[in-house]
Amino acid sequence: MSTEWEVVIGLEVHVQLNTQSKIFCACPTAFGAEPNTHTCPVCLGLPGALPVLNEAAVDKAIAFGLAINAQLHRQSIFARKNYFYPDLPKGYQISQYEIPIVGKGHLDILLTDGSEKRVGITRAHLEEDAGKSLHEAFVAQSGIDLNRAGTPLLEIVSEPDLRSASEAVAYLKKLHALVRYLDISDGNMQEGSFRCDANVSLRRPGEPFGTRAEIKNLNSFRFLEKAILFEMDRQREILENGGKIVQETRLFDANKGETRSMRSKEEANDYRYFPDPDLLPLHLAEERIDRVRVSLPELPDVRRIRFMEQYGLPAYDAQVLTAHRELADYYEQVAENLDAKIAANWVMVELLGAMNKAGLEIPDFPVPAGELRLLLQRMADSTISGKIAKEIFEILCSEGGTVDAIIDAKGLRQITDERAILALIDEIIANNPKQTAEYRAGKEKLFGFFVGQVMKASHGKANPDQVNSLLKNRLLSQ
Amino acid sequence: MDKLVVERIAYLSRMKLPAQEIPVVTEQLAQIFRLVEAMRAVPTEGVEPMAHPLDLQQPLRPDEPRTGGPQRADLLANAPEAQDGLFLVPRVIE
Repeated sequence: MSTEWEVVIGLEVHVQLNTQSKIFCACPTAFGAEPNTHTCPVCLGLPGALPVLNEAAVDKAIAFGLAINAQLHRQSIFARKNYFYPDLPKGYQISQYEIPIVGKGHLDILLTDGSEKRVGITRAHLEEDAGKSLHEAFVAQSGIDLNRAGTPLLEIVSEPDLRSASEAVAYLKKLHALVRYLDISDGNMQEGSFRCDANVSLRRPGEPFGTRAEIKNLNSFRFLEKAILFEMDRQREILENGGKIVQETRLFDANKGETRSMRSKEEANDYRYFPDPDLLPLHLAEERIDRVRVSLPELPDVRRIRFMEQYGLPAYDAQVLTAHRELADYYEQVAENLDAKIAANWVMVELLGAMNKAGLEIPDFPVPAGELRLLLQRMADSTISGKIAKEIFEILCSEGGTVDAIIDAKGLRQITDERAILALIDEIIANNPKQTAEYRAGKEKLFGFFVGQVMKASHGKANPDQVNSLLKNRLLSQ
Repeated sequence: MDKLVVERIAYLSRMKLPAQEIPVVTEQLAQIFRLVEAMRAVPTEGVEPMAHPLDLQQPLRPDEPRTGGPQRADLLANAPEAQDGLFLVPRVIE
């Protein structure tokens, strides 16, 4: 009997839209305010309060729809999703059900073997976020903070097109990069601005879909991967022992690295959606759609291809550099009128390495693009050597400052004066008669020794190309 | 419409429904369903379904945050219990 199973995964992603105010009232959406200070009768669900839709939330949903080549529904409907939970003061969430604002679209992801895969997106709809429950400070009670209640969300539902944990991660990363490019969300996963639920089932290849479990609470790419792998093992074990998968909601426990059933969620799974009588159908005028289309930034796929054509970069470099909008912007500032490949190497190796080490992202990174650009310029005009450039970059990272000030303060200017270099060379030759004789007798391996000695004597500042050619001449001319 | 459905709807609505009221409510709900059935008999072919009784479009609001509405203390005063700026409820945790 074949033990081969195929995993079928679809993702539901909740993206907090980065509007200034909430979706149905003018309360600010800023994160981290004192509890319940960003609330009003509308988002507290007080009787008689009426919702009025925020146009920025609509525009951001349109931008997303255009970016995934989706059908935009010219008429969409807000519905009430009814359930009781303390963080949902109205007893229903305003969402979209029958007709969402964004219909079918797709996203192309790059697989590890270099091939592309098209992932279908079923729909994306506008809805309001719930508040937060806090348990730590209370005994037998929970505290409710409704600052987040009413923050606009775009729920993006994929088709069950993903066939491995790594495909799911690639899709989620691509989606994350896209919302950042579009600037429709800050994408902050720790603060919950970008949250993912995964529907996971197993089947024999070619057979109909199996029963799925929905895994909640996946707030990092790593957790998504771990949760899917755990769930695949769990379901395989049940199926191979002749059991049946129960359709249920499961919670990923990041500490234990496992998923467990959330039985309490099952009872409530009857949302009795109906059109919200407080909100009229949302009509999208062509002018509004055109206005958003014109304001769209260059998207990752287009930018990647441009990087290959404009800068002559290999596909891999273009992929890495365009994965994040901030990184791509940074690279373009560094590379302007410089050698594009050298700039790419510096950004990919030195910059990403330093960012990784410091655990920082571009906006918080201490070295601005202009400074790295100047550093590469100083290297190109032979003021400093590549080795010194790396030292200066480390100083920029750890202490800040400017390239030219560091070069002057530390006396790092490269020695390009031929006479000065020759003086060093002559001294080294004079001090090492044995090696000089051996080299001249044909032991060419010793050349490296001489280069090293000269560089050391110059404290790394002699221009290496000049050292090479001058040294060769001097050693050969008896 | 039977007793079990009525009990489930009552539960989903978080309504306390005394056992002796269930037959009455069942009959009342059944009446509503008969009304719906009667309306289904009306020929509606070619008529576009409406999501709202008013034939109007959703107005939009500019994205401008405003504060200065009711103060937190006043809003919390509506709640049975509050502490440290939070509404207090019976413990909810998975």
